[in-house]
Amino acid sequence: MAMSDEERLDELREEAWGKGIVRGRGVDVAGGPIPRRVGYYGQPLLKPPVWTWEIPVYFFIGGIAGMAALIALVSAVFHHLDRARMSILLAAIGAIISPILLTMDLGRPRLFINMLRVFKYQSPMSVGAWVVTIFGACSIPALLAVELHARHVFAGDLDQFIKIAAGSLVFASAFWGVLLATYTGVLLGATAIPAWYLHRVLLPIHFGTAGIGSAAALLELLGYRVAPLNALGFFAAGIECALWISLEMNKHGAADRALHEAQSGWIIRGGEIFSGPLALVLRALGFVPFAAISFLIGALLSRFGWLAAGKVSACDPEAVFASQEK
Amino acid sequence: MIGEGTQSTNQRRHNYVRENVDVGFFTDPTVCIGCKACEVACKEWNEVPDDGFTWSGSSYDNTGRLGASTWRHVLFLEQDRQKGNQIVGSSGDGADPFRWVFLSDVCKHCEEAGCLEACPTGSIIRTEVGSVFVQNDVCNGCGYCVVSCPFGVIDRRPEPLADAGGAFKCTFCYDRQKSGLVPACAKVCPTESIVFGRLDDLRARAHERVRQLRENGYGDAQLYDPQETSVRGIHAFFLILGEPEAYGLPPKPEVPTIYLRSAWLSAFATMIAAILVVFATFFFFA
Ligand code: SF4
Repeated sequence: MAMSDEERLDELREEAWGKGIVRGRGVDVAGGPIPRRVGYYGQPLLKPPVWTWEIPVYFFIGGIAGMAALIALVSAVFHHLDRARMSILLAAIGAIISPILLTMDLGRPRLFINMLRVFKYQSPMSVGAWVVTIFGACSIPALLAVELHARHVFAGDLDQFIKIAAGSLVFASAFWGVLLATYTGVLLGATAIPAWYLHRVLLPIHFGTAGIGSAAALLELLGYRVAPLNALGFFAAGIECALWISLEMNKHGAADRALHEAQSGWIIRGGEIFSGPLALVLRALGFVPFAAISFLIGALLSRFGWLAAGKVSACDPEAVFASQEK
Repeated sequence: MIGEGTQSTNQRRHNYVRENVDVGFFTDPTVCIGCKACEVACKEWNEVPDDGFTWSGSSYDNTGRLGASTWRHVLFLEQDRQKGNQIVGSSGDGADPFRWVFLSDVCKHCEEAGCLEACPTGSIIRTEVGSVFVQNDVCNGCGYCVVSCPFGVIDRRPEPLADAGGAFKCTFCYDRQKSGLVPACAKVCPTESIVFGRLDDLRARAHERVRQLRENGYGDAQLYDPQETSVRGIHAFFLILGEPEAYGLPPKPEVPTIYLRSAWLSAFATMIAAILVVFATFFFFA
C-alpha cells in the first residue's frame, strides 16, 4: 500500500527536524516544509579537480626523487660515495616515473609536449612541468656520470672530467630536486578551492617534509641504516607531528571542513598519524624499518587525502561561502 | 534594447574584433522568460555534445550547472519573496509571497581570469575583444584551469564525448565575432535578456536599468560585477535580484594568483630549511 501524501509529508518533516535537511528528489521547493539546500539547489560552486590516482602517486614519488637528489649531493660532499650512488639512482628512477605519471593523467597524453611551448611563472603547473623536465635532464645523466666514475670505466683526464661532470650534475639535480619536492604544495595552494588555498603555507612545508622523510626511509629500507638518515627520520616525523597539530588547531570552520570531516578528513588524519606520531614512536623504540614503512605509508596516504579533500571542498557550496564571508 | 529592432546591438553586424573593442554580455533576469533558447542556440552553433538527460528533481531546471558541455545555463530560482510590486498570494494581501527568477549563466570572461593564468600550455588566451578563449588544439587536458576558475565554469570533457580530454567553456562565439556576427545566445534571446555589445556601453546601460528597477519597487536589484575583488570585474556580468549566493555565484571571488606569493615563500623557506637540515644531520651524526 502506498502511503498517503500526509503521511509522507510528516515523515519528511520528521527527517528534516532530525537531519536539518532532506536530500530527496522533489522535496526542495520554495514554501515547502523542508529546509532548502544552500546556494542554488545545493549545486557546487566550483569544479572538483579532475585528477585521479596518478597525481598523488606523482607527488609521492616526485618528493622522494627530489629529496634523494639532495641526500646524494650531501653524501658526496661528506665522501659517502656508496650512499650517494644509491640516492642518485633513486632520484633518476623517480625522474623517469614522474613524467610518465603526469602524462598518464592528462586528458590528451599525446600533447604533453605542449607544456614546454611556453613558460609561465604565474602558473605552478607550468613551473612544475619545467622543473620535472629539467630535473630529469640533470639526474639521469648524473646517475650515468656517477656510475662511470665509480666503476673507473675511463682513466686519466677523461675520468677526471667525468668526475667534475658528475659533481656538477648531482649539484644541479639537488637544486631542482628540492624545488620538485616542494612546488607541489604551491600547485594545490594557489587554486580556488577553499580547503587547499586556506592551507597554502602549510602545504609546501608538509610536502617537502614528507619528501625528505620518505627518501631517508626508503634508503634505510634499502640497507643504509646510518645515523644521519635515522636523524632525518626523527626530524621528519617530528615536523609531521607538529604539522598535524597545527592543522587540527588551525580550523576555518565550514570553509575547510573537508580536511577534518568525513572520509577525506580521515584519510588525511590517517596519513598524519602514520608519518607523524606512529613513525616517531616506532623509531624511538628502535624499530627503524617499521618506522620507515609507517612514514612511507603516511606520506602516500596524506597525498591521497589532500586530493580527496579538494574534491569534497569544491563540491561544498557552504565551504565556498564560508571562505568568502565579508 | 527592446524596441530598437534591427538597430539593437544584438542584431547589428559589427567590427569589434578588428577595432579591438572590449565587448561583453549583460544578462538581465527581470526580462528573462526561461525559454532556454540561449542554451539551445549555443549547443547548436558550437556543436557542443549532449551531456546526458537527467532530472534534477528539485526544479524545472534539469541542466544543473555550467560545464564542459554546457556553456549557457538558465537558472530557475524559486524564492519566498515578492518581486517588485507584484501581487502575491491567492488573496492578494501580500501573504505567502513567491517569485520566479530566471537567469542565463555563462563564463564570466574575467578581467583577471584564473583559468588563463593557470594554463601551462598557453592554450587559453585573451582575444582582441577582451574575451577568454581556449584553443582546443593546444589544450592537453592537464586540468589546472578547472581548479583555478573561481566561478567553477571550465571543465575537462569526459569520455566518450567528442573532443574528450580537453578543457571547454564558452568561447564568446569568437568565430562568429570574427566575421562580424553576434554571439549565438544573444542573437536568439527573444526578450533581449542577454545583451551583447561594447563593455562600456553595457555597464552604463546596466546601471541605468538597476536605477529603473529600484524606482519600480525592485529594492533588491543590484549588479553582479565583482570589480572590487582581485578578479577586477567580469565581461559577462549580471543584474541580480537579491544576494549572489542564491544564484550559485561566489560573493567575493578571488583570482588564485593572489595566493602565489605566500605559497612560494613557504616553498622557498622549506627548500632552504631542507638543505640546511640535511647538511646538519650529515655533519653532526657522521
Ligand atoms: S569565469 Fe572561469 S572559465 Fe570564465 S574566464 Fe573567468 S576563470 Fe576563466
